[in-house]
Amino acid sequence: MNQMSNFTKGLLRENPILVLILGTCPTLGVTSSAANGLGMGLATTFVLVMSNLVISLVKSQIPDKVRIPSFIVIIAAFVTVVELVMQAYTPGLFKSLGIFIPLIVVNCIVLGRAEAFASKNNPLSSIVDGLGMGLGFTGALVILGSIRELLGNGTLFSFRFYPENYTTLLFVLAPGAFIVLGYMIAIVQKINKAKK
Amino acid sequence: MKQRESTFINMVGALLVVTLVSGALLGFVHQMTKSAIDLAREKAQSDAIASVLPPFDELAPTLKVLPEEGADSIEIFPALAQGHIVGYAVKSYSNNGFSGFISVMAGVDTLGNFTGYEVLEHKETPGLGSKMGDWFRNKEKEGQNVIGKSPGSVNFTVSKDGGDIDAITASTITSRAFLEALRRAHQGVTTLSEKNHGE
Repeated sequence: MNQMSNFTKGLLRENPILVLILGTCPTLGVTSSAANGLGMGLATTFVLVMSNLVISLVKSQIPDKVRIPSFIVIIAAFVTVVELVMQAYTPGLFKSLGIFIPLIVVNCIVLGRAEAFASKNNPLSSIVDGLGMGLGFTGALVILGSIRELLGNGTLFSFRFYPENYTTLLFVLAPGAFIVLGYMIAIVQKINKAKK
Repeated sequence: MKQRESTFINMVGALLVVTLVSGALLGFVHQMTKSAIDLAREKAQSDAIASVLPPFDELAPTLKVLPEEGADSIEIFPALAQGHIVGYAVKSYSNNGFSGFISVMAGVDTLGNFTGYEVLEHKETPGLGSKMGDWFRNKEKEGQNVIGKSPGSVNFTVSKDGGDIDAITASTITSRAFLEALRRAHQGVTTLSEKNHGE
């Protein structure tokens, strides 16, 4: 399969959040600021790439009936690695992402790619797929986080653009996340339709 | 390679190998990061102590005090300058935040006045309750400032409840919990100095 299209499909055409609508729980939860979105996106990308690689390597050795539990254990192992490393070297980011890091284990994107792609393709394609999907996820989170932070708090990556008195608090809270995500999905749908 | 059959032996074997390898990997990473994690935690704590107290030379051994109300003991770090106690850093808490547990490092001088505070841990709403990190030390707004005040002379409850401190706009519950943590810190220091006088 063409590796280039394998990579780019995750960015826009099959973007996990904006087109497949997977993993919306952490998406809505952590994107109250752009920096949180970036941290969460990169952590998930690492887990996606590593679990896709390992699963595509061991797929023929795992009997079908215990496929899902084996995948989950592999994914959980990598998530815990990320959790420990973040706790050690970026305690500030770890604190602000909190419970959402361990929850990457049950993120539908990771298991979804393992099941739909890595368990059927070779290791190289799986890495490329994981990277594309992960970066697509990261991109969507950063854009979502930036819009919410800018409208809700008047800052972008903690850099202030206008005084706090003029902010719309709604965008930092849960309803703002739904509203912004809805508009982003609509725009991406439009772009994808136009391409066809 | 041919797919392995789903026989009992194969399934048990596959799961055993997967869990063993994962466990070994986690043990290895845990070993690698353990010292860095402890270091980061200690640094966060000592940074907080330094920022809430006036300059000091050294910390006396940590004391644990059980406040009159509240289930858990609080830690008190007495700070010494030239052999004399200049203040106490108190790691206090409240369980009544809008989203539960709040942990605060508060600095109390020998007269019982607050010299500073630092919120260590909280899960309050971003943009609302999370403002407590700056709100209660805004020197321009005396009504909401707690620095330089003591619960011994000022009523440390929100003005809505008849107290003297202005709550964060739209975050009364967070404000109540935060002030509760400060009162608990102050009470811990009082208990401690009463005990020292008694001896």
